Amino acid sequence: MTDTAVTDVPSEPSVKPTTDLGRIAADSASRRAKLELSEMVIRSENLDFFYDHSAQALFNVDIDVRRGQVVAFIGPSGCGKSTFLRTLNRMNDTIPNTRVEGLVKLDNVDIYSPDVDVVELRRRVGMVFQRPNPFPMSIYDNIAFGPRLHKKLSKSETDDLVEQCLRGAALWDETHDRLKSSALTLSGGQQQRLCIARALANDPEVLLLDEPCSALDPNSTAKIEDLIFELRGDYTIIIVTHNMQQAARVSDRTAFFLKGKLIEEDETTQIFTRPSHDETEAYITGRFG
Amino acid sequence: MSQAVDKMLKLRENPNPPDVRGGVGVFFSGGALSCVLVAAIALFSLLFWRGAQAFWPRPLTEWKMENGQVFLVEEFETKADGSIRARIANREFQPGRLDFVAEQPELIASRSNPENAVRVERAENGPFHGYLLSEGLGDTGATGLNVKRPNGEEVFLPGDSVLRVQYPNQMSFFDRVGTWLANLGRFIIEKPREANTEGGVLSPLVGTALMVFLMTLMVMPFGVLAAVYLNEYAKDSWFTHVCRVAVNNLAGVPSIVFGVFGLGFLIYGLGDTIDHVLFGVGEGDPSIFGNPGLLWASVTMALLTVPVVVVATEEGLRAVPREQRDGALALGATRWEMLSRVILPGAKPGILTGAILAISRAAGEVAPLMLTGVVGLEQELPINAEPPFIHLQERFMHLGFHIYSVGFQSPNVEASEPLVYATASLLLVLVISLNLVAIRWRTKVRRSLQGR
Repeated sequence: MTDTAVTDVPSEPSVKPTTDLGRIAADSASRRAKLELSEMVIRSENLDFFYDHSAQALFNVDIDVRRGQVVAFIGPSGCGKSTFLRTLNRMNDTIPNTRVEGLVKLDNVDIYSPDVDVVELRRRVGMVFQRPNPFPMSIYDNIAFGPRLHKKLSKSETDDLVEQCLRGAALWDETHDRLKSSALTLSGGQQQRLCIARALANDPEVLLLDEPCSALDPNSTAKIEDLIFELRGDYTIIIVTHNMQQAARVSDRTAFFLKGKLIEEDETTQIFTRPSHDETEAYITGRFG
Repeated sequence: MSQAVDKMLKLRENPNPPDVRGGVGVFFSGGALSCVLVAAIALFSLLFWRGAQAFWPRPLTEWKMENGQVFLVEEFETKADGSIRARIANREFQPGRLDFVAEQPELIASRSNPENAVRVERAENGPFHGYLLSEGLGDTGATGLNVKRPNGEEVFLPGDSVLRVQYPNQMSFFDRVGTWLANLGRFIIEKPREANTEGGVLSPLVGTALMVFLMTLMVMPFGVLAAVYLNEYAKDSWFTHVCRVAVNNLAGVPSIVFGVFGLGFLIYGLGDTIDHVLFGVGEGDPSIFGNPGLLWASVTMALLTVPVVVVATEEGLRAVPREQRDGALALGATRWEMLSRVILPGAKPGILTGAILAISRAAGEVAPLMLTGVVGLEQELPINAEPPFIHLQERFMHLGFHIYSVGFQSPNVEASEPLVYATASLLLVLVISLNLVAIRWRTKVRRSLQGR
């Protein structure tokens, strides 16, 4: 699954030095429009989010995420980017006294409508957390955890799936000879890749990564970034990060959040070279945040 | 000058002199710990030493008294007033059937250890001390032993009452050790005989084990589920707060109160109703479940131990990190799947702690059992080959109560005194080994949860 070429991703032309800015912009815009119609995965409309009945954490967030892209959410601490991420697979439901207003659509279906099965939603929208959280069981059982919840698999099917997911998360070579040993024997970086592999085992469409590298050393971080690059195109990936170099390296598009509002969302090269808002520029040039 | 240098060097050697201001605290806390250790060691050694003595084959000593009487005794100890406490045995020939005496040494003319003295262990009347003459036929034609009492009178012991014949004065040290081990083994695998003054403790041992087993079967699911509800499902409110306080207070209720509850509600209430509805027992008929018995004792014990299980399980549930709950939910687990596949396995050490505490408590508790099903002497084991194999409605014996009953309610308190120590040691060993097994198991589970 990792060798699929990443095509239809409109960020490539804008990286080149522009001789005819108008032509390229129009070209890329028309392509993007076409993608939005056919390939949109997640769309939020006028999304507000409240903690404790009243404390508003998100204000009127509108964003479109297209299939196969890597989107980075950046912003200072407490700006709502993680909260927004958690509305996308309804993980905020587990926090008492929270409220969502507005729409979040996955493949044009409102995920907050009463007839949506949260279990199925979370299968389709996988999530990896800030701190590696493997279950205290074997590597094998960690990977098989999700599939065993959702379908009946034979032993050999499970074996194949575990291998495929570990390969997909670039962890197979390190773990194939100790699948039965506890996942807690892995290093922090390996544990995080295991968590990604575990999420992949559910065959999700979207992968939400909530600061996946913040607890890891630079070496493990580089491996996760490589992995994100490999997965790009096969999965839609939304990554929350505090590390702007990481956002610039791995993402096709970047969204900048500030105080619960989405300030701007654009192609990553655009955000990092010619941001259209002063706050964005102030943040990425390190003047605050 | 050089003195000053010496002084400086000395200071350098020990730049941080010990903080002597802590001395008083160290003295008292260390002293308290030593006291506790001494008390524990004294308890264990007294019980085990006195208990072990119960099975040691003592030599037989012939006492020729100043007044012409002759006894063949096992000498036990010299009392504070100088008299020697000894077992004469031959209970049926002694006035008042008392086979223990304490005599002043000056009343004993001579003491010797005749080689051919025998101790015959019998099914009734305790052991016989004397001399073996021959095996033969008695007046009624039954086979048996012709023996001579120490005073020369010849008696016939019918064979079916004779269990063992020993020559304690001919035994080497290793023979004694062998006999000691054999006696110890018989103590565990034999039922009590002669109103608990002789024989073993199989019945109380089986009764205790069965009661604890049934109690565990009942208390663990209920305690764990209650803790799961309190910790996982219930919202934090005054109601859960009151529940927690109530559960904690339940642990402090005196155990005899549970016994009264068991008798009043379970036996007379529930038991009578079951008899009436299921078995059609009418007024005046012998009741089946309306009597104290194994089932009600186990239920009462389960009620008594449910608080410790709830508290320990909650502790274990709280120890499961939030990340793992989130991880399970994010993979599309339902709440129940998250609970059963991640949280409960993660809370296993806490649950096992609850089980350890419950089992230790139940194995040692006596008071509520006296009201709900334990008796001093019950010939039948509550578990046997007769369907339904486990007789839940039957009364049973219990090690804790056995200690009391042997020590204070038996017709021959002195003869059974060593058995009290032996039984108490056995109870202690039982509880300690149950604990050790459970603790080892918990350590293993904890290790596997930590990935080691």
